[in-house]
Amino acid sequence: MIGDALLLQLGYNATLVTIGATLLGMAAGVGGTFLFLRKRALVSDAISHATLPGVALAFMVMVTLGGTGRNLVGLLSGAALSAAVGLLLVSWLGTRTRLAEDAAIGSVLSVFFGFGIVLLTVIQTMSAGQQAGLEGFLLGSTAGMLRSDAMVIAVSAALTLALVLLMRRPLTLASFDPEYAVSIGQNVRRTDLAMMGLVLAVTVVGLKIVGLILIVALLIIPPVTARFWTERTDRVVMISGAVGGLSAYVGAALSAAIPAVPTGPIIVLVGFVLFALSLLVAPGRGVVSALARHRRHQRRVHLRQGLLAMAQGQPIYENMTLRLLHRQGWARPDGVPTELGRGRASRALRDESRWQVIRSDPAFEAATAQDDGLTDIETVLTADQLAEVDARIPRAEALA
Amino acid sequence: MSVTLASERHPETGQTSREDSPLAVRGMTVSYGQKPAVFSVDMTVEPGKMTAIIGPNGAGKSTLLKAALGIHKPLAGTTTVFGKPVGQQRHRIAYVPQRASVDWDFPTRVIDVVLMGLYPQLGLLGRVRPAHRARAEDCLTRVGMEDFAGRQIGQLSGGQQQRVFLARALAQDADLYLLDEPFAGVDAATEKAIIGVLKSLRDAGKTVVAVHHDLSTVTDYFDNVFLINTRRIAEGPVKTTFVTANLQDAYGGRLAGAQMEALALS
Repeated sequence: MIGDALLLQLGYNATLVTIGATLLGMAAGVGGTFLFLRKRALVSDAISHATLPGVALAFMVMVTLGGTGRNLVGLLSGAALSAAVGLLLVSWLGTRTRLAEDAAIGSVLSVFFGFGIVLLTVIQTMSAGQQAGLEGFLLGSTAGMLRSDAMVIAVSAALTLALVLLMRRPLTLASFDPEYAVSIGQNVRRTDLAMMGLVLAVTVVGLKIVGLILIVALLIIPPVTARFWTERTDRVVMISGAVGGLSAYVGAALSAAIPAVPTGPIIVLVGFVLFALSLLVAPGRGVVSALARHRRHQRRVHLRQGLLAMAQGQPIYENMTLRLLHRQGWARPDGVPTELGRGRASRALRDESRWQVIRSDPAFEAATAQDDGLTDIETVLTADQLAEVDARIPRAEALA
Repeated sequence: MSVTLASERHPETGQTSREDSPLAVRGMTVSYGQKPAVFSVDMTVEPGKMTAIIGPNGAGKSTLLKAALGIHKPLAGTTTVFGKPVGQQRHRIAYVPQRASVDWDFPTRVIDVVLMGLYPQLGLLGRVRPAHRARAEDCLTRVGMEDFAGRQIGQLSGGQQQRVFLARALAQDADLYLLDEPFAGVDAATEKAIIGVLKSLRDAGKTVVAVHHDLSTVTDYFDNVFLINTRRIAEGPVKTTFVTANLQDAYGGRLAGAQMEALALS
């Protein structure tokens, strides 16, 4: 069953939903990247919670007008309207009052969500039979989704994706260096507004599939995951889109196979697995790689200090140093140097005195920049330069 | 308040008029809260010269520059660039912000930052062609950073970061270069590289304006100075303007008399 779902074998509707979810995941990952880079990721949480009263009010209006109240376009329009009001409130509170943005986000988020829950309760007493679909907006549900619903989601997600690609340069500049962006004539306020508009679109479109409580995860987890793998903005955008798309695809397929489980949480959990993997094993920024780098550095420092101590006939007390020297075959377990170790030690000492000479000479400024106490000076200077340096080492040291 | 235009002030000395000036600011006032950081300032930058904006900490040096560029919204005041409103002349301005104003852990490489200087030319979707890349690499060479093109910007030293920002401005090929504290916290090699580039720009007829904090290098580096302490104190050639009386006005008790004597060409 799960295999069938992943291979899109569960019938036309489930397939359409999965494709729609994948496009939505890509749009969220790509759009969320700039929100993350602009350090405004939490604004999306306020936006998503602010959709709830809109959904409920749109339902009530449609019922009052004699409909079933379940038209997806109608519900999403209501969601977009109240989310826009919430967004404007957050930015107004942040810029016009002394409230910091995090406080503004917290207030707007909780008030709108609370109001939405009250409205949902009212709807429950109002017409028990018809409100069945609305809880689905909290955690996402693909069960009972119509073909037309899936089409709406797929098309809007594709449009959002195209818009981000169109605006990638202004978005990058506004995120990295907004002051410079203004200086070359970019309207950064408008770029920010467009970015928020994109996030709003992703949120509203994603309501049905992921639900308003967890849509923020679909905007944040993919870019944070992508950041582990690359140092380039364009690649963060692409990887983030891929991570978002993959999470949504697997999540939606799984939820189609196991209908009792809400879609949003599954998508988020799949995204989390990708995040956790990246956190651990990504080269460069991953935890394992950082730990290995630290260990390697520590070993080099201990070996170098041990060699210098041996060269100067000083005793070595640190167990780690003794162990490393012994493992290299440079010293006996008690710290007495071997033949090989003595040779290495005097080389280390000569290297040290050469560094000493060039450190105080401005002519070697470029080379001195590479002085980390570990690098072999022979990899930095040419043979001619080395000869010149050696000529300046005081005799007593040269003999040692 | 009555604002005297600089062009009216010295009609006989042949000082730069507002129309010719690469950067002319009139009646500029910027406030954070209730206290003005810059108050009713006029400035007329002379073309083809290097001008230092100097003044004590918190005197509004950077604020003046940012207000002129529209980064801060002034309460009052106008800015013209080569005789036209600044908004119409963006393509002729290259701005180098303070290094500390951006997040250097941003996922971008040195070459990508320099290519940002070509964004106005590339537009929204224009492809980065080999010619663009070559131009960006050439700008990196001019600041001595050609070997760092592929590095993530966070791996650079402060001085190297400053040079990358300068390379981005060079890529714009502008006529007016505005720099905010380009020498703040940089190493000696970087300072030499930057001043070399700025002087070569000046020699090519470009105009350079820099917020500057190191009084000991003003006479070596700059042709003109603009002294500010919230209000405009004085403006003109280093020889006649960078003098004890003006420094006293700008810095008050913050500089000892002896220090000023040593610095100024009194």
